[in-house]
Amino acid sequence: MASSTSASPREHLQTLPGDDIRQVMWRFADRYDLQMLVQSTRAVARGPVARLVAEGARHTHDWTAEKHALLEEFDAAGITAAYLEPEEGGFLEGPKNLALALIAFELAWVDAGAATGSLATHLGLAPIHERGTPEQRLHYMSLAAPAPGKEPKRAAFALTEPIPYVGVETGMLGGKVRIAEWPEGGEPVLEVSKRGRFITNMAFANFVTAAVDSDDPRIKGSCMVILEETDPGIFDRGTPTRKLVHQLSATNDPVFQLRVPASRIVGGYTVKDGVIIPNYDHGAIIEAVFRRTRVTVGLMTSAKLLSAIEPLIRYHRDRFRGSEAVSPGSPRYELGLQQKEDVTHRVIDIWAAGEASASLGFAAARLFDQLDPVEREKDRVLAAQGVHGGLAAVKALRKRQHEALEFIEMQAHSAALRGEERFERLAHDPVIQYIVLDAQANVLCPATKLWNTGHGSVMMREAVSLMGGYGITEDCPGFLGYKWMDSQLEATYEGPEAVQRRQLSLTMTNEVFLAQFRSWIHEMRQIASIEPGTGACTLASAMHLWQWTLNHLLHAADSHGQKLYQSNRQGVTFPMADALCWLLAARSLILDVEHLRRHGAEVIQQGFQGAVQFFTDLCHVQAARAAGEAARICTELVFGYLRHPSWDDDPQCATCSFNEPELRQIESVVPGASGFTGDYLRDDGAHETKAGPCVRAPGLTDFSRLRSKLDGCLAGALLAKDRAAESVQKVMIPAALDYPQ
Amino acid sequence: MPYQIIVCGGLAPDPLQTLEPVFDPAKPSLKNELMLPAVFDPWAAHALYEAGHLAKQHPGTVVRVVSLAPKAKLQQVMMTVAQKMPFELVALDGPGGGFTDAAAVSAALAEAISAMADLDRSRLLLFGGWESATRGAGVVMQRVAERLGITEQFLAVDELSVDADGSLVIKERIEGGRHQISRCAAPPAMLAWATGNLPEPPNHPQTGMANMRVIMPALQKAKPVALEPAIEYLRTALPAAVRQTRVVKDVPAADIAREIAEWIRQ
Repeated sequence: MASSTSASPREHLQTLPGDDIRQVMWRFADRYDLQMLVQSTRAVARGPVARLVAEGARHTHDWTAEKHALLEEFDAAGITAAYLEPEEGGFLEGPKNLALALIAFELAWVDAGAATGSLATHLGLAPIHERGTPEQRLHYMSLAAPAPGKEPKRAAFALTEPIPYVGVETGMLGGKVRIAEWPEGGEPVLEVSKRGRFITNMAFANFVTAAVDSDDPRIKGSCMVILEETDPGIFDRGTPTRKLVHQLSATNDPVFQLRVPASRIVGGYTVKDGVIIPNYDHGAIIEAVFRRTRVTVGLMTSAKLLSAIEPLIRYHRDRFRGSEAVSPGSPRYELGLQQKEDVTHRVIDIWAAGEASASLGFAAARLFDQLDPVEREKDRVLAAQGVHGGLAAVKALRKRQHEALEFIEMQAHSAALRGEERFERLAHDPVIQYIVLDAQANVLCPATKLWNTGHGSVMMREAVSLMGGYGITEDCPGFLGYKWMDSQLEATYEGPEAVQRRQLSLTMTNEVFLAQFRSWIHEMRQIASIEPGTGACTLASAMHLWQWTLNHLLHAADSHGQKLYQSNRQGVTFPMADALCWLLAARSLILDVEHLRRHGAEVIQQGFQGAVQFFTDLCHVQAARAAGEAARICTELVFGYLRHPSWDDDPQCATCSFNEPELRQIESVVPGASGFTGDYLRDDGAHETKAGPCVRAPGLTDFSRLRSKLDGCLAGALLAKDRAAESVQKVMIPAALDYPQ
Repeated sequence: MPYQIIVCGGLAPDPLQTLEPVFDPAKPSLKNELMLPAVFDPWAAHALYEAGHLAKQHPGTVVRVVSLAPKAKLQQVMMTVAQKMPFELVALDGPGGGFTDAAAVSAALAEAISAMADLDRSRLLLFGGWESATRGAGVVMQRVAERLGITEQFLAVDELSVDADGSLVIKERIEGGRHQISRCAAPPAMLAWATGNLPEPPNHPQTGMANMRVIMPALQKAKPVALEPAIEYLRTALPAAVRQTRVVKDVPAADIAREIAEWIRQ
């Protein structure tokens, strides 16, 4: 396979990637509304937020006046209103997933607690936004809109409870709802009791969307209800949670015991035979909410990794400056610790992981922007057919899955080779498009949350370690120590890693997703044929290996005859989910860099080639790393459940092809040839000193062939790393960080 | 009285960036200049904020920004500046930075202003910074004013107020930390601002989005400007950083303070 070496003079990255490059890579170069939101959020993040952190505001979990002042900054900068529709007081038209992702990214660049605080308001509103009645939406979303001279009402999302309820499993609700009064012909009055745990924004929220279960035979199932601070009863904000991280967000353990009208049930209800039937149970609502908000959480950790690069480079370069023993102009003075390959290589690992996770997260955010209008249109079409959500909708979608597969198949062919009329019809059918996009979203969202935060926290530790002892002090430039600790919470809240792996283990076996995954392998090969230095071919081989392994695991059994891929066998399903995340992140980065290569030259006036070359090398590094991880996992799973052969099974070693004298003869004729033989018997008939005969699995030769091919595909990856590391030595960085420390 | 305020302002590299001159006799520049993040020139920004403040007090006032800068860079900077206050943009696509000739820049700016179809000189206030953060020549605004025939010129302005009779009361910085107060009967006038008295307005994306509806088309039709080189550069260098470090031990804090105070007095 070709490597990215080139005969032409190499160009290096000249400066750290600026907004112009990011706008192209993350596809908002034509969205000036988003570009302005980025600038506006950045000014808050690197101004008031950074000053608060530098002044030590994180040292208390209490919600102080100084922290509260941030809310006004968010309001003034348009962060609070970014989630709202223009008619509700917002200013962004259309879907807002990418906008919220960019806000989270910018705030988390400095402090993820501030990002969480800003997004928690949106999270509190999300149940109403996603599933509320039109009246609920208009009322509460408008209340949340800042306006001159008017402080907005702020929301909190109350799902988590003290263990053993939602703190452990979202289906087990301790919060209850019962009917307190039901006047004849009037609206029922509900009594809601709920204890929350780790509820963000609770120190100041004016209303709460709370998940509760029925404690009354006259209410069916679970639901979410809106609780206001002025409702009769107890609205106790509770004590601040004694968390160690994200101290710029207000987190409390509240207690509610309130009476509210039944019209507060999110999404409304119907009454049948004297029983209130909520239109949405709490599970349906949180699924709609979390599948979007988890992406933004994943991007918080990406921002931290990328924000660590500049402080790391500066620290390494300046390490010896000021010493009398190191004179200006000497390599030690100019490069400092960057003289050591280990340092620059590890920075590249962090950088590549940060880029890949950002690419994956922003791809997921854009996908949801694409999905939102399609989903609404799909609902409209199904409703016109008399299908109104729930199981009926699932069945209706399943019936059309084969058409979605047909569409994906047709996409792979040129217009001349497919029935264009049929293709166009499927391409404009909202139900088909929904099935296709939804299958992707159901994988990309948990993948972003899982990989970005999980692997991101590992790489954040690496960043801290590259600062030496400085890394774990309050003075560390870029607040890296804080960011490392914060990343652990990001890996946990809104569904910890096990929840994401569990979801992936189901959604990644969806035929519609797998059909798209196959076409992505082809897509990577095509990119590789034009740009071999991206590592796309390596990645395609790894994706092929993963696909083969999944198919094998879905049908194979272990040596005890137990099916390998099954719900409770998380030793199989979870590692496969992890492997997939590595592949998806590397793929996203390659796609972003390819987009930059094609469209960046129009807007980037200087240093474009160097930037593209550097990013190409990062792609190669990350693709190789992803391929290595996937190959390790796949090999372990494919072979790990086979029983190792024993000498007792085969005392005479029937599989041994040679005995020792024969080997000596062969070796005398062709030196080194004995290395290609398997087991052998000694002169005395004994076998080699080892656990047993080597494993021979004739049914797995395809796997071995794919694995062997993949190993070869890694050629060039470390040359790319060397080049990228050289850029790290040469890249120009600002004289100082643009936020306090 | 509604005014027509024209603010001249270019771009400057973000002050935190590493600035390294690259010498070329014909075209000196800063290393990676076009890749470095830029900001609206801070002195011109003060002028802009003062213009916005005046426009609020005098309904009907129109604020226009005339900027000579690389178009793509200007667009990036507008993503922040456009959020500060409502204004229109007249963009000139040309070189920016500290190595352009003040005479050529002022000619291009004056030409763009003269070409404005609805320019009413009886209501014209020409604003700008008293110097630029890139070169600090301190002559561009005077040259623009001269070319436009504006003879009422005020430099290093810190405050402008309008009296009931419509006359302009202007405070200019003079030596010794004092101000000279002048009264100008009526526009047209040129005010080259020092820092003024106003804080930077907060970002407001809604304002920005309204502005961008006119700014984006203005950027797209930005007129290319080629500045004729009129200066020969013999050498470019950063100001030498003088660092005198003395390592001492066991010196009482009072002695250190005394030494610092003496050094300041010198």
